[in-house]
This record gives sequence, C-alpha cells and structure tokens, in this order.
Amino acid sequence: MKTNQYIVVVGCGRVGAHVANQLSRDGNSVVVIDSDGTKFNDLSPDFSGFRIEGDATHIAVLKEAKLKKADVLIATTHEDNVNVMVAQVAQKMFNVPHVLARVFDPKREAVYTQLGIDTICPTSVAADMFLQAVSNNAGRNERVES
Amino acid sequence: MKVLIVGGGKPLYFLCRNFTSKGYEVVIINRNREECVQLARQLTAVVVHGDGSDAGILKEAGAMGADAVLAITPNDQDNLVICQLASLKFGVPRAIALANDPDNAEVFEKLGVSAFSTTHIVGSLIEQRASLEQVLNLLPVGEGRVNVTEIVLDADSPVAGKFLKDIHLPKNALIAVVIRDNHPIVPRGANDLQAGDRVVLITLPENHGPVLKVFTGEKQ
Repeated sequence: MKTNQYIVVVGCGRVGAHVANQLSRDGNSVVVIDSDGTKFNDLSPDFSGFRIEGDATHIAVLKEAKLKKADVLIATTHEDNVNVMVAQVAQKMFNVPHVLARVFDPKREAVYTQLGIDTICPTSVAADMFLQAVSNNAGRNERVES
Repeated sequence: MKVLIVGGGKPLYFLCRNFTSKGYEVVIINRNREECVQLARQLTAVVVHGDGSDAGILKEAGAMGADAVLAITPNDQDNLVICQLASLKFGVPRAIALANDPDNAEVFEKLGVSAFSTTHIVGSLIEQRASLEQVLNLLPVGEGRVNVTEIVLDADSPVAGKFLKDIHLPKNALIAVVIRDNHPIVPRGANDLQAGDRVVLITLPENHGPVLKVFTGEKQ
C-alpha cells in the first residue's frame, strides 16, 4: 500500500471525522467535505488536510476537491442515497480506484454490491457482532455447566 | 400503461392528473403522510406513503409490473437511487429522474439513468422566446436532441415570397408543415412561403440558431 494516498472523505460526522483524523495522522493527504461547516470542529487540532464546505451531490464541489487525483473516496454522510450517489460518481466519472460507501440499510447494500461499489453496513456489522458475542457467551456457559 | 411517480408538490399533482385523464394507471409514492392524504382525496390514483428509494416500498407500489417510473423529488440523490432500483431490481423498462442540479442531468446519464433538467428546458424556452417573439412554440423531442419550432413569417422575412427549392437551409433541418389561413400544407420544393405563414421547423440544437436566421433575417 502506498503510504501517502490522496483521500477524500465525504461527511464529517462522528465516523467521518474519526476516519479523517486518523488518515491524516498516518501521513495521507486528506480532504473532508461536509455541507455543514460547523462539523469541521470535530476534526482534531493536528488534522493537516483540507476542509470544503458544500453539498457533495453537486459535481462542482467534487471537482473543487480535485477528486480526479484521489486514490480513495470514503462516503460517510448520514444519508444512504447521498453516499451511494457520491460513490458512483467518484467511480464512474472521476475514475477513483477505490471507493467505499457507508449504507445503513442492509437491503440496499445488496443492490450496490451488484453495481460494484464497496459498501460498509454499520447495521449488519453491529448485528453480527452482537450475535457473535451472544454465541460466544452461550458456549462459555455450556463449558461451565459441563 | 402503468406509471409510478415518486415525489410531491404541484408538479406531481398536475402530472398525475394529466396521466390519469389519458387513462394511465398511476401510483404515487410520497414521504409526507399529510400530503398523501390530500393527494388521495384529489386524485384517482393509488397513493403509497413511504420512502421511494426503499425497495420494499417500491415493491408495495407495484414496481414489478410498472411500464415507467418517474422520480421527481427535490433531492437528486434520491431520484438517482429510485431509478436505479427500479431498473436494476424490478426491471422497469423506463426510469426517468429529475435532475434538480442541471449538471446532474449529464451525471445521471453517465450512470445509466435517463434524466431531464427543468432548469435546462425552461431556460432554453425563455431564451428562445425572449430573443425572437415570432417564435411561437419550441418543443424539445428525443430527449432534447431535436427541436420542433413554430414561427410566424413577417413581411420583412427574407424567405417571404420565395419557393422552397430556392431557400438554402443548413444541414439537418426541415420545413415540416406550413400553416396558411388555418390550412396545414406539407410543402414541397414548388411551394412558396408568404408573410403571415406559420412554419413548423424541425432542427437540431446545434443548427437551431442558424436555421431561425434564415427565416427571420439577421436581427437577433
């Protein structure tokens, strides 16, 4: 993996800000886009990337972020449809090699995997972890009983 | 013909009224419960309350057997996803999205979704009408790749009194019909044009301006 990648993060909520801070700390060039400028307050003081206030579904905003040069795009806004649209635009129009979108609705995830977009579904991730924790716990109890 | 429309407001209401009067079967999907109740009272259409970009709601609205899906919400991202779901998941033959941001019309087409921008259409209509008051009607057809224009020839028109065979039109343009005293004539080379004639022209966006100049002179 290239150590210094050009990464565009769309959405500066809790997840977006966390990801952007960490990637910036690791030495990547990071650009964060959010339609609400006050969200940039969640970035850490040592965040060395760029901040762009604007709506990422407007292509002009993505051009401003120099998406053509990006190695990675991560879409983490709270709206599934925004993430999915931005991811497709990045992939098909700006030829970004690696595109990741957060999609809350697991039913939607299937459709977009079909379209060739890597999606991360926090809902199914959390559900799987709960289920795993429960089954691990059950296993332990059995061992205690036997 | 079964049409699914996702959206709200006046455009949806009038579109739906227009479609139902033509005998189409219309299903509306709208997120606002109160608006749904209103629409169901005013229109003879099935109204489904919910998020049109949710596959479950589309299924409930009968997307599986629909002939067309129109997404006209104020959010471009929703319109894109609605149309992609309709064509990918439900095999709807025609899915058309409204691009609120005119730049997104091109984006949607590249992502495989038919799109239109009202800003584009209204903008070009106003421009054409403002620059030439003789232009009565301008209708983009074939997704805007062809224009049908109706103009009235005044006495100053350089083509008034000329035979069609003597009028040199730019390439890919056609005089489709001449309406004289309310009688339509499909003209041939031996027909002439007269002041007061209403002429229906078929043009392409790229030669539209030059063609109009042939009929109206250079004043623009």
